[in-house]
Amino acid sequence: MGCLFPVARGACIATETLVERRQEVVERRNLLDVDLLSRDDIQRILEMARSFSEVLRRPIKKVPALRGKTVVNLFYEPSTRTRMSFEVAAKRLSADVLNFTAASSSVAKGESFKDTALTLESMGVDAVVVRHPVAGAPWLLSQWLKASILNAGDGMHAHPTQALLDLFTLWERMEQLTGKTIAYVGDIRHSRVARSGVKACQTMGMKVILVAPPTLLPPVLPPGVEASSDFDEVIPACDVLYMLRIQEERQKEGGFPSLEEYKRLYQLDFRRLGMAKPMVAVMHPGPMNRGVEITSEVADSPVSMVTAQVASGVAMRMAMLFLLLGGAKGGGIGA
Amino acid sequence: MPDLLIKGARVINPSLGWEETLDVLVSRSRISEMAKGLPQDDRMVITAEGRLLTPGFLDLHVHLREPGREDAETIASGLEAALRGGYTAVCCMPNTQPPLDHASVMEGVYRKARSLGLADLFPVGCITRARGGRELSEMALMHLSEAGVRAFSDDGEGVVDSGLMRMAMEYVTFFGGLIISHPEDPALSGEGQVNEGRVSAEMGLKGIPAMAEEVMVARDIILAEATGCRLHLAHVSTANVVRMIAEAKSRGVAVTAEATPHHLVLSEEDIPGYDTNFKVNPPLRTPRDVEALRKGLVDGTIDAVATDHAPHTLEDKDKEFDYAPFGVVGMESAFPVLYTELVVPGILRLPKLMELLTRGPARVLKLEDREYATEIREGGRADMVLLDLDEEWILDANSFASKGRNCPFQNRKVRGRVHLTIKNGKVKYNLNGAVRS
Repeated sequence: MGCLFPVARGACIATETLVERRQEVVERRNLLDVDLLSRDDIQRILEMARSFSEVLRRPIKKVPALRGKTVVNLFYEPSTRTRMSFEVAAKRLSADVLNFTAASSSVAKGESFKDTALTLESMGVDAVVVRHPVAGAPWLLSQWLKASILNAGDGMHAHPTQALLDLFTLWERMEQLTGKTIAYVGDIRHSRVARSGVKACQTMGMKVILVAPPTLLPPVLPPGVEASSDFDEVIPACDVLYMLRIQEERQKEGGFPSLEEYKRLYQLDFRRLGMAKPMVAVMHPGPMNRGVEITSEVADSPVSMVTAQVASGVAMRMAMLFLLLGGAKGGGIGA
Repeated sequence: MPDLLIKGARVINPSLGWEETLDVLVSRSRISEMAKGLPQDDRMVITAEGRLLTPGFLDLHVHLREPGREDAETIASGLEAALRGGYTAVCCMPNTQPPLDHASVMEGVYRKARSLGLADLFPVGCITRARGGRELSEMALMHLSEAGVRAFSDDGEGVVDSGLMRMAMEYVTFFGGLIISHPEDPALSGEGQVNEGRVSAEMGLKGIPAMAEEVMVARDIILAEATGCRLHLAHVSTANVVRMIAEAKSRGVAVTAEATPHHLVLSEEDIPGYDTNFKVNPPLRTPRDVEALRKGLVDGTIDAVATDHAPHTLEDKDKEFDYAPFGVVGMESAFPVLYTELVVPGILRLPKLMELLTRGPARVLKLEDREYATEIREGGRADMVLLDLDEEWILDANSFASKGRNCPFQNRKVRGRVHLTIKNGKVKYNLNGAVRS
């Protein structure tokens, strides 16, 4: 098997070049973020996801690719959707799946993150899918464990499989991603979906615009990214409108004065949709706050990719598990 | 006890700005003679071989964790660490459990330190009762106690209430107390973990903005100027703060400041992954801030280097980034790290570094000669440290006397090493262990 292709260990240091870090981490077989993935890497991942999405359309939706492998879903944050998506993906690949959720486990008895991790390692798991409220928790796991680490969302840091499944959804629809313009709208500052998504889109040659009031924009913009607080002005230029979930707690923290004001300025409704390109794609990572960042009319309209994103999620997670756990027979990916 | 003869030491006196190779004779706790070619007789001899002999260092800012968290550090382990770092005197911050906010607690800590016979301890008292930020503690009684407390701080947190801070500053002027500000506005720092900016955005961590420190520095300078109170700013970390201090000093405001080795050597760019041994408060800032701090050392805006030695247990630090406490150990790495990173590359001259570790902090506290010796002279107190400036070695926190292993300089190759620390005329630390007294 050996190493199939360099998948990121992912972190955040600017002092080293990405190239050096890629080389350094080639053998790790973790997916902590998308920042170490090259355009070719992502292209190969998309193609792999496409072949698995074909599997998912068969009457028997299961392949024996990861038989004998064990995947644990280590979830320190409630997320039924993401956990189920990973669980289905692993089961379709014939892997054994364990679910560990913080509330129902030894965490309640005060077990440390490290001890939980080492316990799983001792049980011989091959991959740990981790969701954690603290940024960097998957990185810590990658320092402690030999198993592959898949980041299923850490704090405000990263959500790489979401970014990749979003790209896959768009690629299935548009085929050509280069040159397309995507606007991320909403609480960019606190969003791991946007953080990973922006990088992945840029890697694929897309133009990224961030739309939010200044208090919900990041303190420093990523290089090459535009930002605006005027949604109406941005809409006509966009091929993709990516609506982020607005959490009420942000209003309490003072990120914006009221939901009413937010809706008036940033809600995607039919009026705003009318200003967009006819073939615009509307996306949302879910779960949606219908009537807040997006109206039901728009969410259920033909331009909405929301259910396609969920379907892509399973195929993409199958692709990533397959790639990271060395399920391919010899040679490179997509070759 | 036989006399101690240090042969062939490069004696440096930061206050006088001279150095000379001499033999130094120590009788009891004093330096009795300094000359060339002193006879060995029946004295205990230390061969200095041209190593540097300087006054023992003074650290304005350490956390000894006792009482309350003796698993992280004790007065004994902390003062042992001090001696190994070349410090013969340290100021401990009062954020213990319970806090050092009362004369009797202060005396307890002070007496314990004295009984150990290690480095001298100048405990800092709380500004407010229980560090609660609501009412003043009995600062004058702490001052009049055996501990002779002269500096007050709620370190770990700032005094948020401006009215209370003003009152504290006004109050301590009658006995010449020093207010040490931990400049941080919690409404701005919030639940931040690292410096707010590109790195916090990249790491997906909440940021602590520079302005959280800067607005409090601005406020405290204004209050100090109005009240006439002496103000010392702890662990300053931003370029703007350095600028404000320089401006205040130029107008004659009685303000002093300290910077830590980690803020002088590391920036936010140096945090490897999510290593919690780089999680400090204030956070590691930008390279531009580091540059400004270094300039502040050179031009005298910053008066002292203080370590903010903050030991934590392994269990507390080996955690998710948000859940780990702020702080790094510093006393045993300060000299080699500063020498290697600032003096060797020519950023800071050696006498200046010595001043920042000895006379600078002594002036901040207004210590008298009987309390702390800022120079090596005949008749003076024999509190000295012998430094090898050529030795190259690898820092290893596992060999520290401190209980803390949370060192951001772990495995760093450094130059310069503390070889010997003499306190009250006795060899209290000897790297090679050959000479005891």
